Amino acid sequence: MNAPTPLDRLLLPELDAAQLDALEEEAIFILRETAAAFERPALLFSGGKDSCVVLHLAQKAFKLEGSSKSRLPFPLLHVDTGHNFPEVIAFRDELVAELGEKLVVAHLEDSIARGSVRLASPDESRNGHQSVTLMEAVDEHRFDALIGGARRDEEKARAKERILSHRDSFGQWQPKNQRPELWTLFNTRLKPGEHMRAFPISNWTELDVWLYIQRERIALPSLYYTHRRDVVRRKGLLVPVTDVTPPAANENVESVAVRFRTVGDMTCTCPVESLAADAGGVVAETLLVTISERGATRMDDRTSDASMERRKKEGYF
Amino acid sequence: MGLALRDDEPLPSARRPLRFLTAGSVDDGKSTLIGRLLLDGRAILADQLDALEAKAGGGQPIDLALLTDGLEAEREQGITIDVAYRYFATRERKFIIADAPGHEQYTRNMVTAAAGSDAAVVLVDATKLDLGSMPLDVAAPLDRAAQPLQGVRPQPLQLLPQTRRHALLAQLLRVPHIVFAVNKLDAVADAGTVFARVRAALLAFAAEAGFLPAGIVPISALHGDNVSRPSPLGGYDGPTLLALLEQLPDDDVATRGAALLPVQYVGADAGSGAGHRPRVLWGRVARGEMAIGDALKVFPSGETATVTELHAAGARVASVGAGRSAGVVLDRQLDVSRGDWLAAPDSVAPSARFRATLAWLDTEPAVIGRKYWLRHGNRWLQGRIAAIDSKLDIATLAAHEAHQLGVNEIGEVVVETQQPLPLARFADDRVAGALLVVDPATNRTSGTLLVRDSLAPP
Repeated sequence: MNAPTPLDRLLLPELDAAQLDALEEEAIFILRETAAAFERPALLFSGGKDSCVVLHLAQKAFKLEGSSKSRLPFPLLHVDTGHNFPEVIAFRDELVAELGEKLVVAHLEDSIARGSVRLASPDESRNGHQSVTLMEAVDEHRFDALIGGARRDEEKARAKERILSHRDSFGQWQPKNQRPELWTLFNTRLKPGEHMRAFPISNWTELDVWLYIQRERIALPSLYYTHRRDVVRRKGLLVPVTDVTPPAANENVESVAVRFRTVGDMTCTCPVESLAADAGGVVAETLLVTISERGATRMDDRTSDASMERRKKEGYF
Repeated sequence: MGLALRDDEPLPSARRPLRFLTAGSVDDGKSTLIGRLLLDGRAILADQLDALEAKAGGGQPIDLALLTDGLEAEREQGITIDVAYRYFATRERKFIIADAPGHEQYTRNMVTAAAGSDAAVVLVDATKLDLGSMPLDVAAPLDRAAQPLQGVRPQPLQLLPQTRRHALLAQLLRVPHIVFAVNKLDAVADAGTVFARVRAALLAFAAEAGFLPAGIVPISALHGDNVSRPSPLGGYDGPTLLALLEQLPDDDVATRGAALLPVQYVGADAGSGAGHRPRVLWGRVARGEMAIGDALKVFPSGETATVTELHAAGARVASVGAGRSAGVVLDRQLDVSRGDWLAAPDSVAPSARFRATLAWLDTEPAVIGRKYWLRHGNRWLQGRIAAIDSKLDIATLAAHEAHQLGVNEIGEVVVETQQPLPLARFADDRVAGALLVVDPATNRTSGTLLVRDSLAPP
């Protein structure tokens, strides 16, 4: 068993600053490349911490100090499963209004109404179905590049993802046929109907993200920090009790001090026990953590070791 | 005896993350080495370790290689089929591993991993080498092992073709630091003598190939010797592999020279009147340094202007060095767009015909005379291969006459482009000296051109 990382292995502060600067530089470079090379990019924005970081980087990439009124050269796009945490939706709308950016919301409910998404049962997780709604939004708005906050350290299939990753006209990723990526000579050429996924924070780890949130004072939805929440314990996970995830008859509902490490669809996102009240607290906890992000919080990834790869091939983020 | 061959370089106080590729063939223990680095670097988390222990079964040692084998298809085949990126950190530095596949047919992925890496760790499997008859004297001073010894005629040790291929590819792509990790020394008899002979062969090979290894470290990836834990394995008392990587310098000789910046993104004018913001030209400085007051010449228009403002990382700055993105404001409104270059006056000599090394990565062979899309800096243009002069045997460095290049082959070619470009030798400048080749029918990335010399028009 792996021992927890002791706090004395904390990176040196000046080293952190240099490394975060290098990661920021790379991310901003990729954002400008995407804005310049494609005609109709969009930034995937869910209100989750990774997308908040990418949005912050985009502000730095495109807005000069003293001209905050100008807009980003692309809209934000959110795929709303209808099962999002209300705090996150409220945060999303406030932030977008404050920044004056354009937000496009694609509703999974609309895909269900159109018949392009059919749930096997009403309580089935909607997470995997987001790909359909996402591709419908790509077609409707003719987006040719989607900027996402995915990171290579999240999961094994993501570890092989390119910075600019080609998608065919069905939105599919072909892991065996990826374009070689040489220096920053990105192959940005597309055929009609195809699009590119751009991942500016590919090379960041969960710890880097939290160090950056702390350094840049990036605002996040409140459920990323400690709060009391009704949960039930199921297969080693804390499952939040919500309208769409009620407790089973034999389950014991407890109120626990928790925070979320990822914020996704309510039916498949679980919090962890935590007293971290701010980004600094989360950094300290992240250094001590012994469970990887997706393993601790995502019920859908537990289905099989290869479930992320399968979803990605189908057009998932 | 320390083996850090470049330990005379001063250490900077804060270093960038180090991106290194690992190259080795199937069964060289590459995945095990990466697993070991991640485990020792505490990047392996409890649930991942649980999954491995469950696979190994009670009491069995875990298979470190399983930590890095990502995709379903490769788990079936048991080989790594694409570059995978891994992350770990020590107190000294953050590391990004580009895990390059070893199987020969996936050389294109090794090229992908090498392009942009700061260092290459080439694995040498000590158990696969033909050691022949072992002369006794060679175990003596290591440096002398490279020289013929008096009274003994040591069997010259032949490196495996893949070792030469991996190192030469890294050198061809000008990866700044090449480190050899001689693995599985725990599994050979007389590890000291074996390591001395392998080391001598590697030094001789590197000298022939024109580079100085940043280190040659005897390791056991399986047991961890000299990975992060010092060990006398192989009679070695130099830095561990990890200590060596922690100390590799950041600076890159290929970024020195007269200022050059490929324009990546042109910001829109913002506001008007008193609140007017001038147009900003964004790009990453390819080489040299740019400062307020510098005169710059726009390529290809040839117009000149003076820098009045510089922006970097969200703030106004006085100067920006190579490798960093800069927003440049000029004193005059010029017609500049993405793909243009800003250069110190009289520092570039544009050319539309050049000799280059071509690494071909596409399953369809390169066709002489056919038009391809080329990307140079941020400019797309058409070009054609006018001639294929030779094919490089990547295991011996010998050039053979050839008129065709197929997948995973490397050759010397002459290229003609639709318009002149501000080229540089790839050895001097990895931005102005490299081009991407894209098949216009499929949009596949077909290869990369590494510029050798500009040529006069035919």
